[in-house]
Amino acid sequence: MRNLRKLLACAGLALALAATTSASLHAEVVLKRGNGAEPESLDPAISTGVPESFIQMDIFEGLVHPGPDGTLRPGVAESWEISDDGLTYTFKLRPDAVWSDGTPLTAGDFVYSWSRMVDPATASNYAFILWPITNAERITKGEVPKEQIGAQAVDDRTLKVTLRSPTPYFLQMLMHHSAYPVPKQAIEKFGREWTRPGNIVSNGAYMIQEWVPQGHIKAVKNPRFRDAAEVGIDTVFYYPVEEYGTELKQFRAGELHTTYDVPQEQIPMLEKDMAGQFRNSPYFGTYYYGINVTREPFKSNVRLRHALAMALDRDILVKQITKGGEIPAYGWVPPGVPGYEQQQVEWAGTDQKARVAEAKKILAEAGFDKGNPLKVELLYNTNDNHKKIAIAVAGMWKQFLGIETTLRNEEWKVYLESRNKKQFEVMRAAWIGDYVDPYSFLELLRGDIGEQNPAGYANPEYDATADKATAETDPAARFGLLAEAERMVLADMPIIPIYFYSQQHMVSDKVKGWQDNLMDWHPTRYLSLE
Amino acid sequence: MLSYAVRRLLGAIPTLLVILTITFFLVRLAPGGPFDGERTLPAEIERNLAAVYHLDEPLPMQYLRYLGQVAQGDFGPSFKYKDFSVTQLIWSGFPVSLQLGGTAMLLAVVIGTALGAFAALRQNSGLDHAVMGTAMVGIAVPNFVIAPLLTLVLGVHLGLLPTGGWGTWQQMLLPVVALALPQIAYIARMTRASMIELLRSNFIRTARAKGLPERVTILRHALKGALLPVVSYLGPATAAVITGSVVIEQIFGIPGIGRYFVQGALNRDYTLVMGVVIFYGVLIILFNLIVDLAYGLLDPRVRYD
Repeated sequence: MRNLRKLLACAGLALALAATTSASLHAEVVLKRGNGAEPESLDPAISTGVPESFIQMDIFEGLVHPGPDGTLRPGVAESWEISDDGLTYTFKLRPDAVWSDGTPLTAGDFVYSWSRMVDPATASNYAFILWPITNAERITKGEVPKEQIGAQAVDDRTLKVTLRSPTPYFLQMLMHHSAYPVPKQAIEKFGREWTRPGNIVSNGAYMIQEWVPQGHIKAVKNPRFRDAAEVGIDTVFYYPVEEYGTELKQFRAGELHTTYDVPQEQIPMLEKDMAGQFRNSPYFGTYYYGINVTREPFKSNVRLRHALAMALDRDILVKQITKGGEIPAYGWVPPGVPGYEQQQVEWAGTDQKARVAEAKKILAEAGFDKGNPLKVELLYNTNDNHKKIAIAVAGMWKQFLGIETTLRNEEWKVYLESRNKKQFEVMRAAWIGDYVDPYSFLELLRGDIGEQNPAGYANPEYDATADKATAETDPAARFGLLAEAERMVLADMPIIPIYFYSQQHMVSDKVKGWQDNLMDWHPTRYLSLE
Repeated sequence: MLSYAVRRLLGAIPTLLVILTITFFLVRLAPGGPFDGERTLPAEIERNLAAVYHLDEPLPMQYLRYLGQVAQGDFGPSFKYKDFSVTQLIWSGFPVSLQLGGTAMLLAVVIGTALGAFAALRQNSGLDHAVMGTAMVGIAVPNFVIAPLLTLVLGVHLGLLPTGGWGTWQQMLLPVVALALPQIAYIARMTRASMIELLRSNFIRTARAKGLPERVTILRHALKGALLPVVSYLGPATAAVITGSVVIEQIFGIPGIGRYFVQGALNRDYTLVMGVVIFYGVLIILFNLIVDLAYGLLDPRVRYD
């Protein structure tokens, strides 16, 4: 009996020791992410780019947030109600919502954050994202004080938001970084330097611990995050590596677990030699050529615009030139929006030969022939891929239609100025949706949107249809109206869709939980390391 | 010498003012603004941004405002990296660039002069040709070829050294070597040429005739004299290496100051470009001054009164 006691005591001691040792041996799980460029800012109201949005998605959480597959999940709001007219959203916040400094996160924090975002003094580039909220646009314009924003804290846990018109994609938009809450207590204390390590307070799964500009950003798990127990990665490093070749080398040397992108020219090699770690999936973006419809000869000749579009063999462009798994585009809105029926140009069903024959006929009708060829200037910004595509397009136009194309290459900012001032005939451009909804694309072609409208397209009928869709609360009817608007654009052809984007990453086989999705969102909290 | 140094530094002020003025107006002449992006901003948002950054004021007013700020040591906020002021960005990047460039130059001087002297003493031998041939390759092959090759072989294939980052000595090794290689080549060729000339000069012949040991003749007389052109090269070279290591910083992902210059220009980040240009200007003036003072110490004929 005495021996048994001794034995039990020893076993107990051994177990206790083992438990302590295993606890102390629990190695820190560190994820190293290639993150594109150096963040402009970590302030969600100030930044505009994708690299900073990846970090913000980890350190902040909005009312709603993207799950591992990019789809919408409740975030700080555990539930919400939408009024029948689609104009009022009432969010119930989680009772355990808290900032990383322990301060409770209340409905008032959202009112503060959003009114700050649209305040002219904040000078936020992306303030317009919140403009669907009543008075938000007028605040940015300086017409009414920021206190009049259509968001109200009914009590600490209830946020009531009124919209100026039904905006069925409003919840989708709330996943955008512009809608994240920001900590009043830190901003009032530290001013512009509130995002620095030591000053920053956040409410997401991670907290910023170090920031070496152009070097790295280090974030550690936020112990106060409500789901902290479910977060598998303890520490995450974000590296601003702009050279994709350098990034790939670092990945291959085991210094990065995930990359922001891959060098386009190495895709065939990666598909062959590193297929297990190479991820390639559709992305919510369209690569297109805009035709300046404010100038002749394209202004008054719709068929001529179609001829330019018909002559492009998109299969060759994606298979021989870009080679990144892109999808040939015959519509404006990329595929993948749940419930939306993708639209295509009328001639999408015919084969390439028939299209070329039709294009030739159109050109002849317009009076262009060998003796009097159509001359086009094609503008693109400095980039190897844009150049290759432009050369191929010019070749196709020449070969199939005898068009003489002059290529004009400009540095990014110079190109933007030429584009905004409509100093081009045809130019390359691309658009990536801010939220998964066709309107994120269709809005761009409104006649009243100003310089952003890539081709100077203005069709009152189109704008009226888009307006009707904005006011429509029935999702199916709304998508029907948006599809109608897209068909109008495709018939008018102010833009030539070329391909729908795909996104590429290298993801180490040690990383688990990475799910490809249309918006390319991969919050660290859902990943783990083996 | 002190009064000379002070005079030189005071004389640099008008130079800097000219640099500042030209850069200020040139950078604004470039098409496109700091806030232009893929998404064109609504007019009212552009107006708000311009107001916050004083871009809505007339240009001469902006110039005077900037001049006043710089006089107080403030380069203003960066238009692109909005959480930082330009001064903060420069002071975060400069120590790294200084460490990278300084180590590379030190390596270049030690190895370059040794190789140059070695080649000069064995003039026209196989070894001389080998050293000079290698040096020629070192000069001819640019950094952006050497650096990726080094990372590919030593980092990716052999896994001996990290391919990027900054902080540990292992991370320093490849970028320092890649940055130093062309400088080693230059310095070796320069040392060799001037040493050959000196070895044929009368005072060396005299030293030898007096029976001075060869080691002393070479080290104390020939090499010291041969270093003069190298020293005068060091000032601009060090400034160039510290400020111009942008390619290396980009390839190895090093958080130095060089990247800010290029990115500042591409982003039309007016204040960042201005800040870095002024900072570079000060550095180049300082390094040239240091070299001139060092020259006086090495060559007794040079005096600063």
